[in-house]
Amino acid sequence: MAIAILLLFFWKKKNAQKLISVLGNLISVGIAIWLFYIVWENGIYFTQAGDWDAPYGIPIVADTLSAVMVLLTGICGLAVSVFSVGSVRNARVNFGYFPILHFLLMGLNGAFLTGDIFNLYVWFEVIIISSFVLLTIGGEKSQIEGSIKYVTMNLLASSIFLTAIAILYGLTGSLNMADLSLKVAALENRGLVNVTAFLFFVGFGIKSAVFPLYFWLPASYHTPPPAISAIFGGLLTKVGVYALFRIFSLIFIPDEFLLNLICTVAALTIFSGAVGALTQINLRKIFSYLIICHIGFMIAGLGMFTELAITGAIFYMIHDIIVKTNLFMSAGLIFKIKGTYNIKKLGGLYAAYPKLTLLMAIPLFSLVGIPPLSGFWAKIYLIDAGFQLKNYALVGFIILGSFLTLFVIAKVWSEVFWKESEELTAKEWVRYFKDLKPLKQKAIIIPILFLGLVSLYIGFGAEHIITVSSRIAHELLHTEPYIKTILQK
Amino acid sequence: MELLLVFIIGLLYGAGVYMILRRSLVKLIIGLILMGNGANLLIFLLGRIVKGNPPLINSDANILGEIYADPIPQALILTAIVISFGLQSFAIILVKRAYKVVGTDDLDEMNATDEDL
Repeated sequence: MAIAILLLFFWKKKNAQKLISVLGNLISVGIAIWLFYIVWENGIYFTQAGDWDAPYGIPIVADTLSAVMVLLTGICGLAVSVFSVGSVRNARVNFGYFPILHFLLMGLNGAFLTGDIFNLYVWFEVIIISSFVLLTIGGEKSQIEGSIKYVTMNLLASSIFLTAIAILYGLTGSLNMADLSLKVAALENRGLVNVTAFLFFVGFGIKSAVFPLYFWLPASYHTPPPAISAIFGGLLTKVGVYALFRIFSLIFIPDEFLLNLICTVAALTIFSGAVGALTQINLRKIFSYLIICHIGFMIAGLGMFTELAITGAIFYMIHDIIVKTNLFMSAGLIFKIKGTYNIKKLGGLYAAYPKLTLLMAIPLFSLVGIPPLSGFWAKIYLIDAGFQLKNYALVGFIILGSFLTLFVIAKVWSEVFWKESEELTAKEWVRYFKDLKPLKQKAIIIPILFLGLVSLYIGFGAEHIITVSSRIAHELLHTEPYIKTILQK
Repeated sequence: MELLLVFIIGLLYGAGVYMILRRSLVKLIIGLILMGNGANLLIFLLGRIVKGNPPLINSDANILGEIYADPIPQALILTAIVISFGLQSFAIILVKRAYKVVGTDDLDEMNATDEDL
């Protein structure tokens, strides 16, 4: 059944039309909900590809974390494909925009569901190659330059990841994650194990844009069309975070040194992301830096490595995927209305479009974590976990990060929505929002509304999400059932 | 054989990193290719190289008794080569396109993404 999710996307390999794309995503959301239900009721669901028993075959595993990630991918994919109908130009659609978008989603689902480390590498490659194409499609100058930086860093990350897999295979002779978990724990050569763990950390760290490795992100994420940067901003970096959680809970149980390292990296990521966001005036660049800042929150949860902290981090990830996708789409809508991303030139949106402003206020304020919106609960958990561990420096950085986010969002709010509007000269190459057909206008607004409702639900139905994320945290820290199910011992 | 491979892998990684750190775009690509090949050889090396022992079991035996050649690393390398081939050809086209659009192959002059719209 898990494979059904994957195969669904192959079916649109031909030059898919917009309707098929949206329908396909609806179906995949349905299947993802079904998968989540099955996993929630019956525990870990898995299947062996090719009918080879573990540890030789490639297992496809859905535990609660995978199921939740697949569900979130489905929701964001649906929202983005509806948004694309309204906002992506025909020239781009002709170059195969929609099929590639689906390849990207397929890669994401595959990466979340696989239980084999080399297979994870392959899915990562599927993801990056489709994201390369999405990033360069259209071929404007800044797009090409941004993608050169993106492509280089991702290729480098893949090489490091592959190297780490090679060493791990040499050490253990296995690629199955559950099997690795047992074999790595039994290894005597701890020095080499730590080196491998560190290689994995660097490889995934580049992909999820943690502190010293994030410079490619703000250089590339603001260049493609808004629909594409929405799916990138929401999901691509989170795959790296997902892989970090998976690897460091299942295969390498981090020791004191590694935990301290992760905590330090997290604190610096939060700080540099937040300060970076302060200095920018391009709306999408601000959001790009905020992605980095909030990746830091999730890594901090991993670095503290208690059940409470991981609950907070998973909650934050769920909230962040929805909100970041929504933010980049809102930025796209603002661009359609005013024709610029420069917040110095923007202004007066509240006077002109009060209802839309209210809609865009939801993601902005949930990002800050104003209670009872969704960001608030996750931060409470993270800070609480930090206090329990007496890791006050990290708590300080989390609070500082939230405060700077608040400042940035307040700045965006007053510059974009409340300031008196300036007269802007209309640019010919921009297709303005008011000139679009009513259907396309709706296609742009509805996904923002949809994701806004989802994040409102995360905020107000927080106890459901907390139940889910604490179960995930429990599963991540107690891996015996996972290993037992896969190896059938 | 192992020792030779170790040196080659070290050389490939070193040369790859050196090339990536250069400013020229073409050298960047060459560096990435070298590193990819280094990683492939590393998988090969770590899969324990054995000469002339196929991974076959006699029909009356249940397990492999002797040392045998592990087929998995070769499957892994094959996959990795195909993937890196695709990625590299994409990267080369991208570089060509970038050279056309920007008019330089010097990475230091590529800073249009830092300007604000």
